[in-house]
Amino acid sequence: MPNNTLSASVRQAKNSTAIIDLRGEINAFGEETLNNAYVEANQAHPKIILLNFSGVDYINSTGIALIVGLLAQARKSGQRLFTTGLSSHYVEIFQITRLSDFMNIYPDEASALAAQ
Amino acid sequence: MTTLLRSFLQTLTGQSQPAATETPQPAAQPARSVQALTLEIAPNDPLAVYFQSSPGTVEIERLHLDSPALKVLKAARVKLIVPLVSQGELIGVVSLDQRRSEQDYSSDDRGLLSNLATQAGPAVRVAQLVRQQQLEAQARERMEQELRVARLIQQTLLPKELPALAGWDVAAYYQPARSVGGDFYDFIYLPDGRLGLVVGDVTDKGVPAALVMATARALLRMAALQFDTPGQVLAQVNNLICPDIPPKMFVTCLYAILDSATGRLHYANAGHDLPYAWSGAGATELRARGMPLGLMSGMTYEEKEKMIIPGESILFYSDGLVEAHNARRDMFGFPRLGQLLNEHSGGASVIEYLLNELKSFTGPDWEQEDDTTMVVVQRGEAEGGGKTASWQTIAAFSVPSEPGNEREAMQRVAEAVKDLNLPLARFEKLKTAVAEGTMNAIEHGNQNRPDLNVEIAVLVSAARDALAVRITDHALAGNKQMAAATPDLDAKLAGLQTPRGWGLFLIEKMVDKMNVISDEAHHTLELIMTLQGDGYAQ
Repeated sequence: MPNNTLSASVRQAKNSTAIIDLRGEINAFGEETLNNAYVEANQAHPKIILLNFSGVDYINSTGIALIVGLLAQARKSGQRLFTTGLSSHYVEIFQITRLSDFMNIYPDEASALAAQ
Repeated sequence: MTTLLRSFLQTLTGQSQPAATETPQPAAQPARSVQALTLEIAPNDPLAVYFQSSPGTVEIERLHLDSPALKVLKAARVKLIVPLVSQGELIGVVSLDQRRSEQDYSSDDRGLLSNLATQAGPAVRVAQLVRQQQLEAQARERMEQELRVARLIQQTLLPKELPALAGWDVAAYYQPARSVGGDFYDFIYLPDGRLGLVVGDVTDKGVPAALVMATARALLRMAALQFDTPGQVLAQVNNLICPDIPPKMFVTCLYAILDSATGRLHYANAGHDLPYAWSGAGATELRARGMPLGLMSGMTYEEKEKMIIPGESILFYSDGLVEAHNARRDMFGFPRLGQLLNEHSGGASVIEYLLNELKSFTGPDWEQEDDTTMVVVQRGEAEGGGKTASWQTIAAFSVPSEPGNEREAMQRVAEAVKDLNLPLARFEKLKTAVAEGTMNAIEHGNQNRPDLNVEIAVLVSAARDALAVRITDHALAGNKQMAAATPDLDAKLAGLQTPRGWGLFLIEKMVDKMNVISDEAHHTLELIMTLQGDGYAQ
């Protein structure tokens, strides 16, 4: 069993942005948590959802697949997904997988909120 | 004994005659001089015993024995027999017909004949022994001559020089037994730059084996240029050799194709001794199924692949090594070979090492029973490393196949490599690659069965310029070579492709090289990361 299961909390920010603060590992065990957080974030119909990875120390390929799933949903409903708090290693993985072509990557929350 | 008698009688007459009948003399000869008679006395014929035990002359007409030879003598109207005995052994007889005067032989005549027999017996015996020795010497000379021919054929057809491959070491040893077995090896330079490697053994010895070996070698060379894969080559040679090979002979043969640029060894085996490959975990056999050449046409040959990474080597050999016996008739054997190879780290020095071990096993007075052949192929270190360098295991552990255990594998590998001073970015990449590789092994290779472990070994090249992590599972998902197809994010977002399928793609991007090594029961993913040189600081 994982020693660091994903937890997530949702905050509403200004400019129609919902922030999902993620903590722990993004892998198969985190699927439900991530999807629930996405549903919760969507209740206010934000234009942008910002995934905050600063509490995340591990994303595996299953985790990447979950993020792809979120991205696909967001695109269907005309939302944008932003990210912040990714370590340089995971920034590179987002680039290798081309997730960065579809999700803006910001170094911190302030620049993400200022960017739109 | 019958042969001796026959030859003596023929010497006496100077002619060779068919069995036991009087034949007319040629007209030029004076009539009734010396009759030619071929007499065979079987060892169990009572006449033999009688002759042996009765010195002096024997009057045939007076003998009444149930003896086929006696019947022959009587029919030939032989009057008198003088047995020639030497050291108690009947070695011949002098036979006399009726005297010309038709008078009986006198006692003087008989005395003279007895004396003659006493003198002649040992002399004839000596003459027979001399002749026998001459015949044996001639036979030996003929055999030696044959062996010289066999040796010549074999040695003419063995490679004159070893292949010179940049970044590779090839060493070969070949020692024919006195009786010359049918071992051979060959290097075939393929037009696309790859190298064909052959090690084979023809059953039987001497000239027949040498001729079959020459045929097999020529067919292999031809087929190697016609067909692309080792299994196809062996299948073709088998079909061509089957109609011509003498009964009860066949050829075992290992054929491998080495791509020296990538280290990929593609091989198939027609019943030959399994090659050994050295990796961090010791020496392992390279298995591929196939029947020896020349037994049955229409055979197919399993093809396997092995990636030879820098520092690793492969040993090809023949059974002369494993089937050597010591004075107590114990065989050198495969278990001993496997154990010795496990204690060695591979490379050309293994040849001398095995020869020394063989020598101490057989003792100094050993006459080599069969040909001994060894060929070692070693890939040099990637970046100016020592030629004999190899990999050292710095950590080895296993994790049960339960989801999430890839984290443990990742942490233990991270712990094992912390002294290697990997730059942080490469350290993180290695961790991701190990986690993904272990996940694949848990989910696919071991089908999430907690009773099956994923084995993980961390190795460093002797020159400390490269790091390898080997992740081995039980190949329950089969052994098809996994290709790291590039996942298409657009298709995934459009719902046309599963959002998953990133694992191998990521691994390949994380490390400098990814190899897949498999056999029937295991599937190993090997991750290589250089510790210096291009891309090191990434």
